[in-house]
Amino acid sequence: MIWDLHCHLNGIPGRTPDEQMARLIECADRMQIDRLVLFMGTPFLLDPKPEEFRDQNDQVLQAISHWHHRAFGFVYLNPIYESESLAELDRCVANGPMTGIKLWVAKRCDAASVDAIVRRAIELNVVIYQHTWLKTTGNLDGESTPEDLAKLARRHPEASLICGHTGGNWELGIRTVRDLPNVSVDLGGGDPTAGIVEMAVRELGASRVLYGSDVAGRSFASQLAKVTGAEISEADKQMILGQNLRRLMMPVLQRKGVRL
Amino acid sequence: MTIDVNVSLSRWPSRRLPLDETPRLVERLVRHGVTQAWAGSFDAILHNDIAAVNHRLATECSIADNGLLWPMGAVNLKLPNWKDDLKRCHETHGMRGIRLLPSSHGYGLDDPEFAELLGMLSDFRMLLQIAIRLEDPRTQHRLLSVKDVELAPLPSLMKEHPDVPVILLNAFPAANSELASLLATSARVYFEIATLEGLAGLEKQIQLLPPERLLFGSHAPFFMLESAVLKLQESAMPAPIQKQITHENAELLINTLEK
Ligand SMILES: [Zn+2]
Repeated sequence: MIWDLHCHLNGIPGRTPDEQMARLIECADRMQIDRLVLFMGTPFLLDPKPEEFRDQNDQVLQAISHWHHRAFGFVYLNPIYESESLAELDRCVANGPMTGIKLWVAKRCDAASVDAIVRRAIELNVVIYQHTWLKTTGNLDGESTPEDLAKLARRHPEASLICGHTGGNWELGIRTVRDLPNVSVDLGGGDPTAGIVEMAVRELGASRVLYGSDVAGRSFASQLAKVTGAEISEADKQMILGQNLRRLMMPVLQRKGVRL
Repeated sequence: MTIDVNVSLSRWPSRRLPLDETPRLVERLVRHGVTQAWAGSFDAILHNDIAAVNHRLATECSIADNGLLWPMGAVNLKLPNWKDDLKRCHETHGMRGIRLLPSSHGYGLDDPEFAELLGMLSDFRMLLQIAIRLEDPRTQHRLLSVKDVELAPLPSLMKEHPDVPVILLNAFPAANSELASLLATSARVYFEIATLEGLAGLEKQIQLLPPERLLFGSHAPFFMLESAVLKLQESAMPAPIQKQITHENAELLINTLEK
């Protein structure tokens, strides 16, 4: 069973989200990927205004509308617009079919304005996927580091948080979140550097490591390879490829009555 | 049957890799159907005694199973007497080609010594590999932080040495599609797929570049070998094109050197 935590419509050929989705599923089928989590639309917007993130979420809602047996959506929010983000969270998750939250690079996640989103996420039983990177070449102004996420995680021990890209510089990302049991790491979006999965499993335990691809910017191939080629047990691979994400999403899926 | 044109032996400077011992790398290559692998040495990134690096590389390749590993010697154009290293690669070790690491060694392709090297490779009937990058600059170690190699000088240089086959390693995304197609159509410039990304990226790439200019490359053991292998599964393409990419183009390239 393979569940992909991290997919985007942006970059997939097609005139509409439906056409893009058909292409995405066609490629996922070639790789035996059962389920996909989608977030954000076209184009990528670093700092979307409320009407823009609503449009981005509408694209994802449309994309998954015929694929509920294959795809989930996470709602894209911008903590700079706190009240509008909370309203959008209710529209798409509390009262809609989405099952998680995506926060990107508009605002660093240790900011106080993220707290209200996290509190509501806890009430709704959903995970928050927070993009993180620690770039040797320098971060964007609003781009979170793994340390920013660690601060957020310490303030909200009952929240379920995902450290996007394992912090990019994954040796540092893994060290940073090691002592935070409510933080899992997303393997997606970086080059298929050997050793990332072995270190993550050694330091965090396989249950906190999640396969994600970051298609369409990345390939399924390069990201799946990190797991399938890693020197870890077959049982650990199964957890990372799908079982962990299923477990993290199970509370919201059950609340929504989603049958798997 | 697969020819992997982009593997390396020895140690990555800032990390131990699961497959950085040659027997383990060889075992994995064989497991995935790789029948020949063109190997450089990570030692060349920082070592100044390049003659010793190349000697070890040649020895290591010669003891691997059934001639699986073909050494691609290192030449550092910023070291005194680099021509002697090149001659030894050719005469002493009988190597078919060499691999340059211009970013790590601190020069660009507009360096006059690079043009001189192309002339010598033409005389020796050797192929040239140029690593456009070894690692994403965003994850590089602070002390090993370098930019991708600029490809702009290459088209005009290749006009003067059209007979030298040049394989650009890890060239995506540094090679934008316009420059890549210019190089692939106007010269004997090849690309391999180790850093080729995107949803079904290879399927897209064979629309942009002539398939006879694409080679299988993994950048193992720094990258997962399985990444390149799975790219063939993710992209749909006619079987003859897949064969070209996995081994026929590389075989043809070698045949033309031997004639
Ligand atoms: Zn992403």
